[in-house]
Amino acid sequence: MQIDLSEEQRLLRDTCREFADKELRPNAKKWDREHRFPAEAVKKLFELGLGGVAVPSEWGGAGMDNVSYALAIEEISRGCASTGVTLSVNNSLYCDPIAKYGTDGQKESFLTPYARGEKLGCFGLTEPQAGSDAAEQRTTAVRKGDSYLINGTKNWITNGPVADAIVLFTMTDLSKGTKGITCFVVETKTPGFVRQKADEKLGICASPSCTIFFENMEVPISQRLGQEGDGFKIAMSTLDGGRIGIGAQAIGIGRAAFEEARDYSKIRKTFDIPIFQHQAIQFMLADMATALDAARLLVLRAAWLKDQGKRHTRESSMAKLFASEAANRVADKAVQIHGGMGYSKELDVERHFRDARITEIYEGTSEIQRLVISNLLLK
Amino acid sequence: MFEPSESQRLIRETARNYAQGSLTRIASELDREARFPAAQLGELAELGLMGINVPEAYGGAAAGAVAHALAMKEIAQGCASTAVTMGVNNMVAETICRFGTDAQKKRYVPEITSGRFVAASFALSEAQSGSDAGALRTTARRDGSGFVLNGSKQWITSGDRAGVLIVWARTEQSAAKPAKGISAFLVEGGAKGLHAGRHEDKMGLRASSTVPLTLEDVRVPATALLGNVGDGFRIALSALDGGRIGIASQAIGIASAALEESLQYAKDRRTFGQPIANHQAIRFMLADVATELEAARLLVLRAAAFKEAERPFTREASMAKVFATEKANHACDVAVQIHGGYGYVSEFAAERHYRDVRVTTIYEGTSEVQRFVIAREALK
Repeated sequence: MQIDLSEEQRLLRDTCREFADKELRPNAKKWDREHRFPAEAVKKLFELGLGGVAVPSEWGGAGMDNVSYALAIEEISRGCASTGVTLSVNNSLYCDPIAKYGTDGQKESFLTPYARGEKLGCFGLTEPQAGSDAAEQRTTAVRKGDSYLINGTKNWITNGPVADAIVLFTMTDLSKGTKGITCFVVETKTPGFVRQKADEKLGICASPSCTIFFENMEVPISQRLGQEGDGFKIAMSTLDGGRIGIGAQAIGIGRAAFEEARDYSKIRKTFDIPIFQHQAIQFMLADMATALDAARLLVLRAAWLKDQGKRHTRESSMAKLFASEAANRVADKAVQIHGGMGYSKELDVERHFRDARITEIYEGTSEIQRLVISNLLLK
Repeated sequence: MFEPSESQRLIRETARNYAQGSLTRIASELDREARFPAAQLGELAELGLMGINVPEAYGGAAAGAVAHALAMKEIAQGCASTAVTMGVNNMVAETICRFGTDAQKKRYVPEITSGRFVAASFALSEAQSGSDAGALRTTARRDGSGFVLNGSKQWITSGDRAGVLIVWARTEQSAAKPAKGISAFLVEGGAKGLHAGRHEDKMGLRASSTVPLTLEDVRVPATALLGNVGDGFRIALSALDGGRIGIASQAIGIASAALEESLQYAKDRRTFGQPIANHQAIRFMLADVATELEAARLLVLRAAAFKEAERPFTREASMAKVFATEKANHACDVAVQIHGGYGYVSEFAAERHYRDVRVTTIYEGTSEVQRFVIAREALK
């Protein structure tokens, strides 16, 4: 049983940690307040190779493994959760399905520039009436000669306002349910791709998302990912990987909250002693640290299974469910330990509390994870 | 990462086959009759499970701390009482190997690993000194070249069955640093002046033997001293770090049995025209339990891997213990709930698991002591 990180994994983790301390943590509050997409920081991270951490180097990626990817997302999210999800979407939800299902031609046009970090991708699955129940897709793609005409609406599309391309799910046959779902990769400058204004959210305010309308958008057949009807399989397999990224993001947020609570407990005094000397505070910190360690082991194990080419649906769901709920508990306790200061926008901890909340919802709610896990348990 | 080696897998399979083949069938009977599993312990020794992390020279399997954790989980999944007795035997054998002289190792360890000693004991707790081990009062007075021990011990697993007991006693009274005056001794079962009291009537683990001990002028030679005078506290804490991995594994084993039974019952039992497994309320409980047990398992394996690599693992062992034991209690509670009325009767194993698992958040360091240790490490 070997449970240590490799030299390469450690190096990437430390690089990301240093970057987060220098470039992200000092600015994250401002970006959050101004709802500003941290384009410069994302560009620098892409220059470090974080556009496609686990994408093979022949396609512009860093050619590392998914364990490295998870470590990187945790460190980045510890500095800024919005930046963390921006990267996670580009890596897991955009590059990953193209690397897995794309033709060489598609990879050349739609993978390499994104894995290199010259361009940014997004992922269009969710619709106003199709969130957890992804099979309820209503966006249609109708074959017309050598192309498809796409009409419909996608919403909550992370990176949507700033992305250069989208991995897009549509219905080519409404009568077939999940078997009628077909996937495309489309540049956002394509006529008929119409962005709405950015969403106003509780947290991750520096990660822009929006609704997108598709109005008679014409997409050539060469941009179809896989065959007609492959879409649901592509979406589910992509989300198995995406959940590792969100699990890692949650741990990063939780760790930031934990570290701030720990440090605060040493300087804040009540009844003449630092509050960390009160057992009530100590025990909260112990539970926070334990939950985060357990969550990280689950996330790294899921990533490791993916690296082995093994099925990891159950493990990814467990990792995402546990890590996101743990991060919320940790952020909640961090606010509590800070008292009134935890409620103030002067400190970072109230942002962590808001940022953590989304991790239980996107890329499969906690309820969906429990369904996935129990389905596999009861098989 | 995360994958057991061939030899670790072999130990796990050996333990699993024995647990599923023999222990599961008799566990309920052992519990009902509060019968000490002497025969089962003998069979475990024959399988090489009484010195899993003990060198081969002393009859051990030399398979390491990870293998030990894997085996404990499997045996506990069959019978929690047998598992705790096996766990203490292993802990004593390991502690003697780690801190003992050659003569001590040769004298005692092969007796434990071979099963010639059916059990061994770890006599640390006293009536007024559980979590606060530094407060113990049993004394060891120098007498010529040896020592004379006086005092009493509480909650001693296998105390009336042990061929050898590690007994902690105070060799020096020091109000300022009470832990400094504690030493550890190897006392043989049947030593003159060593008396086991009445079996504790316990909620669970009823087939394991738990007794109070009194020591009345128990005379031991100088060669009975384990380590040096004053080393006792350090020896106890080091043994307990390892012991916590064992108890965490035991808890996961009990909880895994409860989860398996819950899954089976949920498929068989019908309400409102369908198996209760189809109700989301039931499915979600099962998903949570399975997730928590996976997380617990990974924490335990990490602590064991750290121990095996001879890295500091105090923090990791405490995290594994507090998390695994509390989640295991939750798992057994859920099992009773899913079984409904059948979870409350002794005819079904869920009721025994619920009782057995309760002690895991208490012994070898309560959850509160673990949190204390973890916070201390986090605030360093």
